[in-house]
Amino acid sequence: MSVYSIFFYLIAALMILSTALAVTRKNMVHAVLFLVISFLASALLFFLLGAPLLGILEVVIYAGAIMVLFLFVVMMIRIRATEGSGFLLWHYLGAGGLSALYVAACLLLVRHSGPGTGAPMPAAVAAPADFGLYLFERHWLGIEIVSLLLLVALIGVLHLGLSPAGQRSGKGGPY
Amino acid sequence: MWFWLLGYLVLMAKITAVLTAVMVLAAYLVLVERKLLGRFQVRYGPNRAGIYGILQPVADGIKLLLKEDLMPEGADRAIFLAAPAVVAITALMMFAVVPFGPRLTIGGREIPMVITDINVGLLYVFALSSLGVYGVALGGWASNSKYALLGGIRGAAQMISYELALGLSIVPVVMLAGSFSLVDIVNAQAGLPFILVQPLAFGVFLISAMAETKRIPFDLPEAETELGAGYHTEYSGMRFGLFFLGEYVHMQVMGALVAVFFLGGWRGPVLPPPVWLLVKIVLVVLFMIWVRATLPRLRYDQLMNLGWKVLIPLALVNILITGAFMAA
Repeated sequence: MSVYSIFFYLIAALMILSTALAVTRKNMVHAVLFLVISFLASALLFFLLGAPLLGILEVVIYAGAIMVLFLFVVMMIRIRATEGSGFLLWHYLGAGGLSALYVAACLLLVRHSGPGTGAPMPAAVAAPADFGLYLFERHWLGIEIVSLLLLVALIGVLHLGLSPAGQRSGKGGPY
Repeated sequence: MWFWLLGYLVLMAKITAVLTAVMVLAAYLVLVERKLLGRFQVRYGPNRAGIYGILQPVADGIKLLLKEDLMPEGADRAIFLAAPAVVAITALMMFAVVPFGPRLTIGGREIPMVITDINVGLLYVFALSSLGVYGVALGGWASNSKYALLGGIRGAAQMISYELALGLSIVPVVMLAGSFSLVDIVNAQAGLPFILVQPLAFGVFLISAMAETKRIPFDLPEAETELGAGYHTEYSGMRFGLFFLGEYVHMQVMGALVAVFFLGGWRGPVLPPPVWLLVKIVLVVLFMIWVRATLPRLRYDQLMNLGWKVLIPLALVNILITGAFMAA
């Protein structure tokens, strides 16, 4: 076992453990933090596998932006920890079934594109410039569709966030 | 094997040198700031410990270390204890990608004068900067106090907002340099520092940097007049010291980034490269102190308007203009 594989299994164990804790914590802030740790661990895995760009994007977007928003909302609404587990048997069965499906899909993916099959992801380990060229030469339509979707979402949020014209209290006064 | 050990030692030496310099500079920046603020307000500033108060940082350090470490009842213990460390660590780690000189050649082997030159250096800085938000938000939340919570929420909102302007303002620099690596960005300024090519980006970046470090006029998360001390109200002793250290290290990081992105990094005549970088960092920090002594605190809506309606559109327009010039 090389140093790399030792690190790989350590980080992978940390990732699974923190994800499990994130799902099971009653305290929402703790759950969010364990999810952040899980994202940081997956970023470390990307680094270890030689894809620093993907690793750093994982930190910037997931750990740094999305989870901060989650934390923000959780802090604002102050959910009280609930008593009891709150889950029914069919909840567990449904979650288990979905997870099994997901694991099966992942295993299938690894079988067909893992190491030794000659089809690992060369674009993933490329330098940032090459990665960008690959993305915008091969998948420009997908990118444009996604960015259009984000624009629509942005406009929707703006519309929802605007208070009705009649209810505005003065122009831009202090809150 | 030998070369591996040698490389390790060189790396450790570089980390030690950078951390020592940053910590000492942070301690003395506090003194410089207090002295200058005193002068701006026509008083002396600290002048009791040593001549001109030169030993004041040492006295402050001893005081912070010896004070009792208090924790409010009902605080979330683990998070309360860890939050100040998050702020200080993320600020310190950002220095890992700042180049402080050209490559040195000793005995036929090249030694890069930077702790690590990763090809996503700029994104690394932004990743750490966005993780620093956790320290502020969680410190405020875990204190279980209304003032601290309000400060933490304000801090999170402000830092998320201004991170966007900070990131967008730097895109033209990346376009011109053609790389995310800070070493390459400094090398791209061999002829002309980017401040002359990108004055608008420089302005947006500097203002956003001041907002990121949560200093007056952007110090709403810790506004004394309304929130006690904001997110660190409940902290005492060295845990408060870590928040404080984080703020001053953050100022230096922002000074170093302004130097690297716009002022040519370590480039300059006569003086050795690390000294030039230091001079540029200190100049930017002195400017921040001057602004602090001059401007009053913004109102919350003014803060958000400035970020979302002025700085971000300006940065976007600047990207378009730069793109048009580069394509033409």
